[in-house]
Amino acid sequence: MTPAVAVEGLTYYYGDRQALAGVDLEIPGGAMFGILGPNGSGKTTLFRILATLAVPASGRVAVAGQDVVTRRGEVRRALGVVFQTSSLDDKLTVAENLRHHGHLYGCCGAGLRRQIDELLQQLQIQDRAADRVETLSGGLRRRVELARCLLHQPEILLLDEPTTGVDPTARLEYWRLLAEIQARQNATVIFTTHWFEEAERASLLAIMDSGRLVACDSPATLKSTISRDVVTIHGDDPATLAAAIAARFDCDAACVGNAVRIESASATDLLPGLLEVFEGQVHSISASKATLEDVYVQRTGKAFAAEAPGQ
Amino acid sequence: MSLSVYTLLLREVIRFYRQPNRVIGALLQPLIFWLLIGSGLNASFQAGDATDVTYLEYFYPGVLLMILLFTSIFSTITIIEDRRDGFLQGVLVAPVPRSAIVIGKALGGMLLGILQCLVFMLLMLTPMVDLPITPLGFASAVLCLAVIGFGLTALGVLMAWPLNSSQEYHALMSVLLLPLWLFSGAVFPVDGTPAWLHWLMQVNPLTHALALLRHCFHIGVEGGVAGPAPLAVGYAAVAGVAAFVAALLIVRRG
Repeated sequence: MTPAVAVEGLTYYYGDRQALAGVDLEIPGGAMFGILGPNGSGKTTLFRILATLAVPASGRVAVAGQDVVTRRGEVRRALGVVFQTSSLDDKLTVAENLRHHGHLYGCCGAGLRRQIDELLQQLQIQDRAADRVETLSGGLRRRVELARCLLHQPEILLLDEPTTGVDPTARLEYWRLLAEIQARQNATVIFTTHWFEEAERASLLAIMDSGRLVACDSPATLKSTISRDVVTIHGDDPATLAAAIAARFDCDAACVGNAVRIESASATDLLPGLLEVFEGQVHSISASKATLEDVYVQRTGKAFAAEAPGQ
Repeated sequence: MSLSVYTLLLREVIRFYRQPNRVIGALLQPLIFWLLIGSGLNASFQAGDATDVTYLEYFYPGVLLMILLFTSIFSTITIIEDRRDGFLQGVLVAPVPRSAIVIGKALGGMLLGILQCLVFMLLMLTPMVDLPITPLGFASAVLCLAVIGFGLTALGVLMAWPLNSSQEYHALMSVLLLPLWLFSGAVFPVDGTPAWLHWLMQVNPLTHALALLRHCFHIGVEGGVAGPAPLAVGYAAVAGVAAFVAALLIVRRG
């Protein structure tokens, strides 16, 4: 079976700065594929290339079996794209926006009307069809965006941080609806995110850093590569604290960002001693099984919040 | 292709009428310009061709040209807003040829311009404008307005497409688009201007387009204003086509 997306040796530059440094990636059809990375990691650049908005400097990229450079029209027809920022016209009503976008994809007449009605119903926005988009809340706008990209029944949905600017409740609802639609249409969903909770929703997750793919597997498998507990400590001077803890307890305590991070076979054994010795220097301490953030830290050696320069 | 052009054009028109201030501005601004400047200069004006037209009448086709120019500017400045707000990105990833964006925009700007001109032409039914227009002249004038409107909007697309901010567009508008109108014979006749200005106005394609429009108001009328030479009209038409082709190329490239 042809993969939904196949990327080989992809590079891209903004002027002299390399945004993608040789990415290889294969996304199987029907996957809920997440691309996780901090700002500046290259995920939005990858999104723009998949969406045919940017041309690779080198490498080969195929979407739905079609080359994104030479078969742009076919790629565009196969894709439903949701951007970080709204691509709706505020002055038009919800229904008008959907009609216009349907026309851009060659849909018209009774078929388009039926499709719009169905999607409005599925996304529970049928009562707002006649309202101008400028009157909608952030969460509802994102749902209209989703309806817009589904109008022409694309094989692949491509979403760039689709819940940006949406409150937590609406975000949960958004993901529930998206999962429902994916199951019904058996579409491939590819989304970028910088939120770990959203990344957990992926059936397959690619982690990006500095224009490279540092990991790609299911979130559960990625987390299982770290079998130890992770203890995170916030204190006044994390670098000194990390050194002191490493010396005292003979463990791999490292300063990552503004915290001390320790991988330990058993957090329950380590915590009482830590608290006893360093009580005065510790503001907060937490212990957990490995998270996706830990996977990122382990693969890149830096804290997730650290952003690439120039972004 | 035709469906995408239609939908982009329709959006232009809907957006325009959904912004009441834009509609009021579009209708009142030319009227205020025409009345204030026209009345102010009426006493000191002498037409170059020794006809007894008043300045208000002379200025009238010039204001129609101004309506087309401003409509084109306001229509194409939305390209920058659409890029910033995000609407354009949705169009760019759709399977439509880039040329549909230019044609939709140019036809939209043209249509809105003509509609506003038609409203302004209602003044001809009042004694304020005593232009001896015939039905054939009127039809020719509307056709002429359509062609000028299309060309000006294409020029606007060409200028707006590479820009990131509407401030940059305003700057270009002041140094390029407004002089294009000022030195087209809209405000003062070509005859009697200093040599350098005369030359500048002859180079300006809008001068000949406006001369043709002026002539349309007198078609079939004895002793009416003569039309420009066919070569000059051809030159203006070539300039319009060039603007359109350049807009197609720049949009296809980026």
